Amino acid sequence: MGIEHELARDLLAKVRRQGATEADILVVETDSSSTQVRLRDIESLKSAQERRLHLRVMFGHSAAATSTSDFSMQALDRLVDETCTLGRATASDDYLGLPNAESMVASVPDLGLFDEAAQALDVDEKIALVQRAEAAALDYDPRITNSEGAGLDTHFSQIIYANTHGFVGEYRTSSFNLAVSPIAEVGGAMQRDSWYGVSRHFKHLEDPEVIGTTAAKRALRRLGARKIPTQEAPVVFDPEMAASLLRTLAGAVSGTSIYRGSSFLLNRLGQQIAAEAVTVIDDGTIPGALGSRPFDGEGLPTRRTVVVEHGVLQSYLLDTYCARRLGLISTGNAARDAAGISVGAANFYLVPGTSTPDEIIGSVKSGLYLTELIGFGVNLLTGDYSRGAVGLWIENGELTYPVEEITIAGNLNDMLRHIDMVGNDLVFRGRTAAPTLKIGRMTIAGN
Amino acid sequence: MTDTSLTPQRFFSEKFGIAKESLGRILGGALGKAADDGDIYFEYLVGESISLEDGVVKKASKSISQGAGVRAMAESRTGYGYSDDITIENLALAARTAHAIASETNKSGALAVGQAAQTPHDLYPVHTFPTDVPAEAKIDLLLQIDRIARAYDPRITKVFASLGSTQKIVLVATAEGLVVGDILPLVRLSVSCIAEDGSNRQTGSHGGGGRYEFTTLLADNRFEHFAREAARQAIVNLDAVEAPAGYFDVVLGPGWPGVLLHEAIGHGLEGDFNRKKVSAFSGRIGERVAAPTVTVVDDGTLPGRRGSLNVDDEGTPTGRTVLIENGILRGYLQDRLNARLMGLPLTGNGRRESYAHIPMPRMTNTFMLAGESDPEDIIRSVKHGLYAVNFGGGQVDITNGKFVFSASEAYLIEDGKVTRPVKGATLIGNGPDVLTRVSMVGNDLQLDEGVGTCGKDGQSVPVGVGLPTIRVDGMTVGGTQR
Repeated sequence: MGIEHELARDLLAKVRRQGATEADILVVETDSSSTQVRLRDIESLKSAQERRLHLRVMFGHSAAATSTSDFSMQALDRLVDETCTLGRATASDDYLGLPNAESMVASVPDLGLFDEAAQALDVDEKIALVQRAEAAALDYDPRITNSEGAGLDTHFSQIIYANTHGFVGEYRTSSFNLAVSPIAEVGGAMQRDSWYGVSRHFKHLEDPEVIGTTAAKRALRRLGARKIPTQEAPVVFDPEMAASLLRTLAGAVSGTSIYRGSSFLLNRLGQQIAAEAVTVIDDGTIPGALGSRPFDGEGLPTRRTVVVEHGVLQSYLLDTYCARRLGLISTGNAARDAAGISVGAANFYLVPGTSTPDEIIGSVKSGLYLTELIGFGVNLLTGDYSRGAVGLWIENGELTYPVEEITIAGNLNDMLRHIDMVGNDLVFRGRTAAPTLKIGRMTIAGN
Repeated sequence: MTDTSLTPQRFFSEKFGIAKESLGRILGGALGKAADDGDIYFEYLVGESISLEDGVVKKASKSISQGAGVRAMAESRTGYGYSDDITIENLALAARTAHAIASETNKSGALAVGQAAQTPHDLYPVHTFPTDVPAEAKIDLLLQIDRIARAYDPRITKVFASLGSTQKIVLVATAEGLVVGDILPLVRLSVSCIAEDGSNRQTGSHGGGGRYEFTTLLADNRFEHFAREAARQAIVNLDAVEAPAGYFDVVLGPGWPGVLLHEAIGHGLEGDFNRKKVSAFSGRIGERVAAPTVTVVDDGTLPGRRGSLNVDDEGTPTGRTVLIENGILRGYLQDRLNARLMGLPLTGNGRRESYAHIPMPRMTNTFMLAGESDPEDIIRSVKHGLYAVNFGGGQVDITNGKFVFSASEAYLIEDGKVTRPVKGATLIGNGPDVLTRVSMVGNDLQLDEGVGTCGKDGQSVPVGVGLPTIRVDGMTVGGTQR
């Protein structure tokens, strides 16, 4: 790993010699594996070593970003040349530049994101684990007749960041994702569903039998789904769907959407944008969590940001560029991608309320319990929301029959303000998490 | 500056010093005695993106991705190892990973692999690759787009535009000892605008591209058209009223609304889902799944198209596959694994996002053939319904057949006339029966302008779609107006 530090310093020195005023480098090295099983037999095994270097250069306030998986000296020299050529060709923007040198993370905290021991997992152990998870689904009920398979993905990464302030930081992460997708069938009609567990530490991964049986139950409860008449009704979002809604919110509070004027939450800081019961937090410092990181894509410390407090919009998510442009301070949410820097939420979650999921369902006389959304019908600029939906129909406070081939629609402004109940069942299953919640009224289109 | 004698074979052998003989040895090691099929895939990709906002171009990026993978297949199993550091040692390591799968197979006795019938096409000859065009020319184009979009209407307040260019060089060494390569150009221009009128703010977007030269974007007022279309849609949406909610007759305009076919039937006809019998179309070849006027094909051989390929990512030349003929389900889209297991011919649809992915059956350009109706007559035939002409993305659950696609520009049809624009809404239907309700097919087939990207199992590949104007008797429209 010393080699990467040297390489990073070397490249930074080279771009400086070409006249760059500032620059930074991110090197990500990943070892990954994928183990797929279908109908108890191995379907595919995949393993890989990958390495990618991201370089960003600034000439005063004009910039360019490049990346490569070709680490040959010749390729890196060419990359430096091409990055500098691009950087000189782009227009100047006063807000572009590295964060101030004094704001770099002072010491890199150990957030417990890496599972050293799990590197020793061998392929037979992985296959056995995935087979257990799928078998639990296949054996759960005779109506589970087929399977799209089950899989375990493992990733071990090392991230090194260096910039021309002389900052060099590094950390390691791991992640494990176990998923099962069984198919239930009755009278020739099939339904597929899935369930998964994801964790940074192998030993914290949910029990494979629990994942398998949960997946089977989810597929089974969809059998016999029907359409319903078009109507207005309350919609209860299960935690997965509530998390999906929260991902939409994360996009709307991203500094990029705000400075571009492409968010319905533009100019709404300090205003009531959601129901009193809604408090949303982004926290990059939670030990062992999937969205945590000891510093962001620009070397700034990550932090806990209250985004919405009792329904009032308190903060956007910002990297250095967006922050400068909006006259604010970075929230340590810079993420890195092929195009350079972007804004990315860390662990973005809705603070749990006091109602149990049963109490929430019990409060609905006639409405939808939403378990799946399909399609991309969200307009972040206007807040218009219209998506395909799958779920269970609630009658007199009880889940009754499954429904499908319907849509739910509304406007995010109204939807957020009509979050009438917030569940107490927050579980982190990924970077974005939310408890069960109820939206008082949405339009459901069906027959 | 393009070296016209560049061939994939020469490129990889000169860059990485790997001779054809060593490929045979590595692949032999991966396959052993028990494997039925396998390949080695090399890829070198240069990508560039230049984008405009605030009336200036201040964002530019470039990326280089290279890597190679070794695959072995035994019965229905696949082993795959890859590395982005292309050396003989790493290929040998990848071969061992791939071989692990084959050695676990009990049964031997290799199944026959379908032979590629024809030689590769030459669908996208270019003199200068879009990635080799200097940034200055691209910046100038984006600045012109900014001016054109703003000039369309003073209510256009923001313009975003980006130009993406890639050059991909691939080489596949197959189990039959063939070494097949391709060099693929791809260019894509995207424009989006925000229109403001008081507190009413709306967006519009448009774009296009294909496997052609940068200068093709400049020909026939192509980029001017993209810029004006994005601006026009944003302005139209300023007047949009709530979309209706419920079950309505829907007229789909020509071109990009062909995303309906991609979602409603295309994915459901991919070989993997049908071999596993997890598709709503499984076992239905020969059955009626559409009205007699409906014929749908997947064609990877259209010159210069975004979804076209000379050969697929397994070295099979692409072709034209009839999916639905006069309403009857005819064919599946195949890669080598699924064609072999199903005993069906290869169709040239084995595609992968990159060397980091295992090939799967994927669509290329999927479209419905033209019918005989006049598009005006189709609209006139609808008493009360929706006329949808532009769409965002779509999605399908191939197992229960339910699919959605979201309109970004749509109008009400009242008494046979197109009247008010409505806000974007998601349309939802059931793949196996939606095409049975196609009651009119227009004579105006159009292919989309080259913006589509299809996602499946975490892999994105460029695709095309096409449609004539069609009338669908009844679909659920997910608006808010009752």
